[in-house]
Parts: sequence; structure tokens; C-alpha cells
Amino acid sequence: MSWEVDYLAIAPELIIIGSLFLVLGLDLTLPRLKKYWTATAAVAGSALALIPLAFLAVEGETISMFDGSYVVDEFALVLKGLFLVTAYIVFLMSVNYIESERYYQGEYYLLLLASVLGSLVLASARDLIVLFIGIELVTGPLYLLAGWRKGDVKSNEASLKYFILGVLSTAILLYGMSVLYGLTGEITFSGLAEATAAMPNSPALTMAVLFLIVGFGFKISAVPFHFWAPDTYEGAPTPITAYLSVNSKAAGFVAMLLVMYLALPGVSDVWAPALWALAALSMTIGNLSALRQTNIVRLLAYSSIAQAGFMLVPFAAAAVAGADLEEAFSATVIYLVIYAVMNLGAFGVVIAGARTTKSGEISDWAGLSNVDSRAAVLVAVFFFSLAGIPPLAGWFAKFVMFRSVMIAGGAATVVLAVVAAVNAVIALYYYAKVVKSVWLDDATREFPGEFDEPPAGSLRLALAISVGLTVVVGFFPALATFVADASRVIAAGG
Amino acid sequence: MLLNQFLVLGAALFAFGVYGLLVRRNVVLILLSVELMLNAVNINLIAFESYLVSAQAVGQVFAIFVITVAAAEVGIGLAIVLMIFRNRKSANVDDLSLMRW
Repeated sequence: MSWEVDYLAIAPELIIIGSLFLVLGLDLTLPRLKKYWTATAAVAGSALALIPLAFLAVEGETISMFDGSYVVDEFALVLKGLFLVTAYIVFLMSVNYIESERYYQGEYYLLLLASVLGSLVLASARDLIVLFIGIELVTGPLYLLAGWRKGDVKSNEASLKYFILGVLSTAILLYGMSVLYGLTGEITFSGLAEATAAMPNSPALTMAVLFLIVGFGFKISAVPFHFWAPDTYEGAPTPITAYLSVNSKAAGFVAMLLVMYLALPGVSDVWAPALWALAALSMTIGNLSALRQTNIVRLLAYSSIAQAGFMLVPFAAAAVAGADLEEAFSATVIYLVIYAVMNLGAFGVVIAGARTTKSGEISDWAGLSNVDSRAAVLVAVFFFSLAGIPPLAGWFAKFVMFRSVMIAGGAATVVLAVVAAVNAVIALYYYAKVVKSVWLDDATREFPGEFDEPPAGSLRLALAISVGLTVVVGFFPALATFVADASRVIAAGG
Repeated sequence: MLLNQFLVLGAALFAFGVYGLLVRRNVVLILLSVELMLNAVNINLIAFESYLVSAQAVGQVFAIFVITVAAAEVGIGLAIVLMIFRNRKSANVDDLSLMRW
């Protein structure tokens, strides 16, 4: 047992902790009007943490700490990069939003940084305790952030619903973990993988695995565990909604895939059908519910539920068919990365557009292109990208997904592929509905908000980063394949 | 070594917790139900630990982490309940129906 700590390997985490304390200190000492410095500290912290990440990526070594409980390999680095970049974009989107509505700035950034720290820990977690701490650190602060508009009853409701279902899922997850520990006596993923592969299938093992899937299902808001998502998304402040639908969902996905892929590959006959059902249900019910939404944030909420279904497809298909999980794993990670960028952009443009429309109803967005053509162009870019129309990045995510299903082969996977294809068409309808409203419909009223002034610089930067990545990855998908290569390393490194 | 008895106790507590969470309308009681579920997990972990006797006492360490996180979670939960109670003068989940899917 060695307790040597490689400080470069955990430098991103340390930097986030440092900026967390800096925000706390600034919030305590600065006068009220200068609190915006806390935002600067948070933005700078999330950007600085990318630097040691780059060093680690160039070195390319797999560093294993604490008896293999905490591993920094290329896969972890890619995910940490994803979490930090998306956190950076969310911070940029928050700056103006939080300042203009007179929220408590210091605490906001403090909690959001804590959540980012959790996602970084999660990417490196290779045993159940670290994984559990990571998940809780991601979601705990978000319960509070969802209710950030303290006086607004909708925000209160969002927070409470998220909290109750969140802790319920945690308890279920933990119960599954405890049974898994009892059956195997192991908590490290590698130990679990060996022990479960050698074990005969018992009802207790099946129950433990299903409990884990239910727990993770809540975190990634897969149908039928999605009830909290639309309400929480609608009630929470919009930057937090963006964070929920991207970072915290990605964190849930990473946790789930790590456990299934590294710890429980031996019992894939238990979890494969469950994931198959989750994928098919999430896509279908998510999309059908999205069809009748009139609020743009709720529409994005259901769209993100449906997208979670698409993300599950490669993994579920490969596991059902008994094919190589490695290919599927990298396909899911690619989908996750591309989804993160375009979904953040979509929420960014919702924030930007809402300055003009002062409304979340899609019908109130009619005719936006007449007054704010740049926002209207961005609406088209991000929503068409979410629908998967080339040359925007979304097409590559869908392409990779379908390709991995085809590689897997088998009857059950073909059924899943057909479900996915039908759903891709349904999704186009409601994404295009928003674009049509913005571009083709005539304005039904005067826009109440301002549209002469461009949005704040930080929001423009956030949108520029997302739109840049969306378009560039769409034209040069090879850029995204390095993500796939990195996620293959995990198989060897374990 | 007794193991089954503790596991049955754990499972029963967990089931009571789930039942309470679904049936209770008061948020504070829902929080208590969640605590029951988390303590069921602790009983499981400790029972397995004393049965398996691992070198690093993994089960006990896990239980300590669960206790810590549970305390933090209840702190968050009570903060949310207070916030809602200030706005609505009620901590009943049936009143929270502004948004419906």
C-alpha cells in the first residue's frame, strides 16, 4: 500500500479548491459593489486548471494513486478537460445573469466550484467510495443552486423536487453498493471485475446491479427516472439549468459507464437489457413529451432526456449483442462531448434571446430574427446541431452512435437502431419548430426587452466558444476522434 | 456469526424509508425517511464488514463516509425546507404543484 501523492496529477483539483477558498475569502472581505471579483476568481480558476491538464496530456502517463483508487489516465484527462471547459462556459454565462438579478454572487460561485470539483474527482474515481463522494459533491451544491432565486416559489419547487429525488437515488445507489461489497468483499473496480466475473449469477447480485442502474438512472434523468428534470430545469436559474443538463448529466454518465465497464463487465447479461430499455424509453418518451412543450427551457429539458437515450444506445447495443464494449464506450464519450458543447450553446442563446423576448414561451420568440439577427442565427446553429444536421457537430455524434450499433450487430441492436432512427426524425420536428418560430413567423407583439445593445462580453465569449466548437467539429470530425482514442486507453489501464 | 438478521433489519429499514418517502406529505418527515434508508445502508455495510473482516476495514470506512455525506445532505434539505416555509408558510409537498409535465 503506497500513499505517495503525485501533486501534478491532482493539480487541477487543487487549483479548483484554491479558487474555491479564494472566492470564499473575497466574498467575506469585499464590499457589496465589488463582489463581481468572485466571478473573476471562479472563471480564472476554471481556466487555470486546464494548464496542468495540458501538461499531463502531453506526458501521457497513467498515474495511479491510493492503491489504484484514484487514477489519472488519458480517459480521465479527456473528461476533466470536458468538465472544466463546460464549467468555464457556464461561469461565463453566469456572470451577467447573476449580477443583474442581484443574487448572492459569492455563494453562487463557491457552490458551483464545489460541484466542478466533484466532477473532476469522479473522472478519476476507480473505487466505490471515491465514486460516491464524487457524485455527491457534484449534486449536493446543485440542490441549493436550483433554488437560487430564493423568493421565487417556482425555484423553491425546482430545488425541493431535485433534492428529494436526488437523495432517494443516492440511497438506492448506496444500497446497491453495499450489497455489491457484501457479495464480493471488494470496492475497487478492478477487484469487483474479477470477483463478479468468477461468481455465479445470484439474485442478490442481480438486485445490486439493478439498484445501481436505478440510482444512476436518476442522475442522468433517463426515463422512467426523469420526473424531476423538466420541473427543475424550468425553475432553476438558466445558467444552472445549462450546468445541470451538461455537467451533472455527464458526471452521472461517466459514473455509470465506469462502473458498468470497469467493475461489472462480467455481469453484462444483467445490466445490458436494463440499459437497452432505458435507452429506448428515454429516446421515445423524451421526444414525444418534447413535441408538446411550449416553453423553450422545458423543450430543452425533454430534448436532453432524449439525448441521454441516444447516448446510452451504443453501450446498450454492444452489451446486448455481446460485442466489444471498447468501441461503444468511445462512441458514447464522443456523443457526450459533442452534446455538451452544443447544448451549452443552446442554453447560452436562450439566455441571450431572453434579454429581448423576456419570455420562455416559444410563441413569444416569433420574429426574433427581425430585431436580433445574430441571436436568431445562433438559435438555428445550435438547434439544428442538436437535431444532427450536417455540417454542424451533432451529425458526427449521431453518425458515431449508429456506426457503433452497426458494428455490434444482432437482432436486438437493430431494433434499438430503428427506434433511434425514428426518434432522430421526431426530434428534428420540435427543434425545427423553434427555428421556424424565430425565423419565419411574424412577431405577434412588440419585444419588451432591449435589443440594440449586444449582450455582455462574457456571454458573447461563451457563445463564441460553443459556436466555434460546434461548427469546427462538424467540419473536421477528426478532431473529436482523439477523444475516442483516449477513451480506449482505459481498457488497458483499468 | 450473525449476518442474516442484520441484513433483514437493513432491508426492513430501507423498505420503511421508501414507504415513508412515498407516503409522507410533510417534507421534514420525508427527510427522516431518507435518513432511514441511508442508515439501512450503514447497517448493511457494517454487518458485511464484520462478516468478511477485510484487512482495511473497508466497510466501516465506507459507512463513515455515508454518515458524513448524510449529515451534509440533511443540512441542505433543511435549508431548502426553511426557504420554502418562509415563502409559503407550509412544508407540505402537495402544495408544490406549480409545474406539471
